[in-house]
Amino acid sequence: MTTPAFIPTGIRFENIEKRYGGLYALRRLSLEVAPGECVAFAGRNGSGKTTLLRIAARLVRPSAGSVSFLGPSGGDRRAEDGGVNPPLQTAREADTAIGFVAHATMVYDELTAEENLLMFAKLQGVAEPGARAATLLEEVGLSERRKSLVRTFSRGMRQRVAIARALLNEPSVLLLDEPATGLDPEGITWLANALRRKRDAGRTILMSVHGESEISGLATRAVRLDAGSVVADTRAGSDMHAILTFAEA
Amino acid sequence: MALFDNTTVLLGKELRTEFRSRELLTTTVVFILVVVVLFSFTFDPSVGESRRFGPGLLWLSFLFAASLMLQPCFLREQNNDTLSALRLSVQDPFSIFLAKLSANTLFLLVTELLMLPIFAILYNVHILAVFPQLALVLFLGSLGVAIPGTAFSAISAQARMRELMLPLLLLPLLTPVLIASTEATGGLLAENPGLRIDWLGFLAGFDIVFLTALWLFGEYLLEE
Repeated sequence: MTTPAFIPTGIRFENIEKRYGGLYALRRLSLEVAPGECVAFAGRNGSGKTTLLRIAARLVRPSAGSVSFLGPSGGDRRAEDGGVNPPLQTAREADTAIGFVAHATMVYDELTAEENLLMFAKLQGVAEPGARAATLLEEVGLSERRKSLVRTFSRGMRQRVAIARALLNEPSVLLLDEPATGLDPEGITWLANALRRKRDAGRTILMSVHGESEISGLATRAVRLDAGSVVADTRAGSDMHAILTFAEA
Repeated sequence: MALFDNTTVLLGKELRTEFRSRELLTTTVVFILVVVVLFSFTFDPSVGESRRFGPGLLWLSFLFAASLMLQPCFLREQNNDTLSALRLSVQDPFSIFLAKLSANTLFLLVTELLMLPIFAILYNVHILAVFPQLALVLFLGSLGVAIPGTAFSAISAQARMRELMLPLLLLPLLTPVLIASTEATGGLLAENPGLRIDWLGFLAGFDIVFLTALWLFGEYLLEE
């Protein structure tokens, strides 16, 4: 398998509900993200941002509702149906479109940065995994430490490896859960530039943010979640500021 | 092909991380050594007693050592949420299980092969003449421990009382494997050694049934 060709991909959340026992993480949430949009999700801790991103990544099955990946022609590829087994073949196709950066680094401490990227590149069927890993390590500024075990890295360096891992298969959709965690100011500027290039190239980006920053400044749309529901959604610059800073819109 | 390729890559990762940390092999080798040596000095068994009790003691120590080895199998994927990264990356989720159970079987076999000479010396039993048959019993028995063990390790890693959950789920289920492996080993260590095809067939059947179940339902065990 080779690296899949870039396909502009949007996401449609329909009446998504996620319950953990009696606790609602998401309540009948519906949202459509068009191909190429860069959406910043804001909200207090526990508002459902992480759960929404993990459902979009197909790591968590919704208790009800569905998530669809929207192709360029408008035809959708359903990935999850609440309570119904998803058609696996299309779900696997959806995987190749996704790059996910979570709270945790999602890389192995006992492997070197290079071994981590090589392994994930091979698993994803990336063409020329060695060259791709080397390019990304150069991009994230870790080529000199490529042979070092990840456990010897600082939190910021681990986050750079995590971001490199998410970019391995040139994903159409980037799901980023507080991607600037642990990064120093230089790292944040690097990440902002990298995401800007992805956004300008037509990649769809969904990210959770806390307040305004260089990263949230890239957003073309801001959505505020509260208690698992969308309470504000805007593409207008002035309203975005209010949503991201938790001020009353 | 994707299943084979993914499994090979993941097995390489399992072996590399274990040979760097030596966490699993050290624990199990030390555990089995202590049990085998302790029982040998406590009971000072005769040749006849060794033939009667030896196989049971050997497999009981293998079983407890395996439960120690299986505990961190999926637990260490939780540390950095690497299981999520694997789920997003592999073409076939069964490859995650296949790699882990291959690694577990391999680690268990290495431990058993290291312990066999010590067992033979301390318990005065002859294993060289029946070694190929014994290796087959060890392989099928270890596979029988590793397949459900890997599956239950995935379940217990997400449970609240995870350290308690694995032995609680696993040990009752593995009783048939323990009996079959002990009987098959006992047949080989008897005065007139012979391969017990009935118990060997039982072990092979157990392995096939549980491997098929894992192939069919394994993906659901990985979900959050």
